[in-house]
Amino acid sequence: MRLTQGQFSFLPDLTDEQISKQVQYALDHNWPISIEYTDDPHPRNSYWEMHGLPMFDVKDAVAIMGEIRKAISEHPNSYVKVNAYDARLGRQTTAMSFIVGRPPEEPGFRLDRTTGEDRQIKYSLHSYATDKPVGERYR
Amino acid sequence: MISDSAVNGKKNNRLTAGVTPYAEMGYWQPDYEPKETDVLCAFRITPQPGVEAVEAAAAVAGESSTATWTVVWTDRLSAYEHYQARAYRVEPVAGNPDQFIAYIAYDIDLFEEGSIANLTSSIIGNVFGFKALKALRLEDMRIPVAYIKTFQGPPHGIVMEREYLNKFGRPLLGATVKPKLGLSAKNYGRVVYEALRGGLDFTKDDENINSQPFMRWRDRYLFCMEAVNRAEAASGEVKGHYMNVTAADMESIYERAEFAKEIGSVIIMIDLTIGFTAMQSISKWARRNGTILHLHRAGHGTYTRQKSHGVSFRVLAKWCRMLGVDHIHAGTVVGKLEGDPNTTKGFYDILREDFIPANPAHGVFFDQHWASLATVMPVASGGIHAGQMHQLLDLLGEDVVLQFGGGTIGHPDGIAQGAEANRIALEVMVQARNEGRDFVNEGPQILEDAARHSKALANALGIWKDISFNYESTDSPDVVATPSY
Repeated sequence: MRLTQGQFSFLPDLTDEQISKQVQYALDHNWPISIEYTDDPHPRNSYWEMHGLPMFDVKDAVAIMGEIRKAISEHPNSYVKVNAYDARLGRQTTAMSFIVGRPPEEPGFRLDRTTGEDRQIKYSLHSYATDKPVGERYR
Repeated sequence: MISDSAVNGKKNNRLTAGVTPYAEMGYWQPDYEPKETDVLCAFRITPQPGVEAVEAAAAVAGESSTATWTVVWTDRLSAYEHYQARAYRVEPVAGNPDQFIAYIAYDIDLFEEGSIANLTSSIIGNVFGFKALKALRLEDMRIPVAYIKTFQGPPHGIVMEREYLNKFGRPLLGATVKPKLGLSAKNYGRVVYEALRGGLDFTKDDENINSQPFMRWRDRYLFCMEAVNRAEAASGEVKGHYMNVTAADMESIYERAEFAKEIGSVIIMIDLTIGFTAMQSISKWARRNGTILHLHRAGHGTYTRQKSHGVSFRVLAKWCRMLGVDHIHAGTVVGKLEGDPNTTKGFYDILREDFIPANPAHGVFFDQHWASLATVMPVASGGIHAGQMHQLLDLLGEDVVLQFGGGTIGHPDGIAQGAEANRIALEVMVQARNEGRDFVNEGPQILEDAARHSKALANALGIWKDISFNYESTDSPDVVATPSY
């Protein structure tokens, strides 16, 4: 199962050169880059772990690529994503977000159903990986 | 600009019994300076032969505010000058000697706070049937900030919707389930499941899917939620199906909306046909209950399309932003439905920006400040397909839902493949744009290259790439701009 969150998950995994061009696009718009990682890819997991603070003052795509590679190598068993943030009035939200690192295996999600009265079903999405404690998943 | 010489020499006895020309009753005030708190309107008027443009403009001002056809003594019981609307400018329309643009100012006290029903009853209430005019069109309105602040606006807005859905940096993708009518609930849910697992973010009930004998609403909702949840599990993404809650009465609308919320739908939808008051009620419900609110503008073409008579969609778009919807269909330019590129750009700006400067080339007559009222996500649907992705991204930008109904479900290999083709086409085009490529001109090549790795996209391009709908628009601005959009 391939997690398809983010802007480019339907394309082949991005190469360093392709990532670098996306980073440059963000920098050209004055959108600072941040890197986040998680081993809990539930679609409602809003708070992936932060790989450091957003790089508000780094305007150099080469330096940012170094940080992205570092994040991926430090978290080989996690998803890693690159975000760009638009702080302008009226936006003040994420402008870009795409996955740059994935765990070697993606077991995906189980859908649990609890049937109730009147044919109603309560659904719950369960990531197989989260059966193990944080830090021991996707190994 | 027409001088006031034709109608100067104001009658001193404004209140003498009998019939007095509207222009002489204070409804024509060429020296009036609109106040910041005034509601301003630009009307396209086509007077009957023999009726002066200024008198026609004054008549519109009169009939949409305090006047009736004859002088009434009861005017003397009110501070009538405060409540009279004022036509303050009349301009000829270039290239059309029968038409004029009349600018009219209304004091804010004429309108109930936070009520689109009241605003529209005044502005488009009686006056559109007025005999002295052959035709009348409300082209634009400047809503003053003081009045905007009496409205809730969209329950969520574009920013909140994206954070809720966890989707950034690309247009959203949707599809309307087809055939529009006749599918059983289980078959209907199949289409939803295939389209969502294939790569779309949303699927949609069509405007005329409510609760008919072939499929009752509750059955449809249940099967659709099974489909939505299955697709979420297959992708790890948030997915949604617009549950149409349109019904015969408000009690039924609430009942359907409550059920959609209970079973976990992130979004519900309404049709424009339910009326402004019902829309505003369900908008408040949607904010209270955390569901995104989609509006299908069913019926709008009956009064928005013809340039000489009716209400421009740019005005309807403003009303809908004020009364509060999160999504509204606003045109595709390239698809099967009406949509001049410049006029459509004006609509999109009105929905998505916080300040829109007057721009005749886009059909926008007034500066409009929204004072941080939440934004509305425009929806492009009707005859669009993956082969147009470069044009769609260029024309409509990023904050838009691109809805490919036939362009998903009609894929020769299946619905999921249709969805996948659209998603790949979208992602590769956003990627190319961000990389600084000339994606508009290179678009077809970018798609061909991506299709080498995707049979689904290759087959979609194979059947649709040459399909286009090139007809002349009926609703285009008077001013022709150098095509830059």
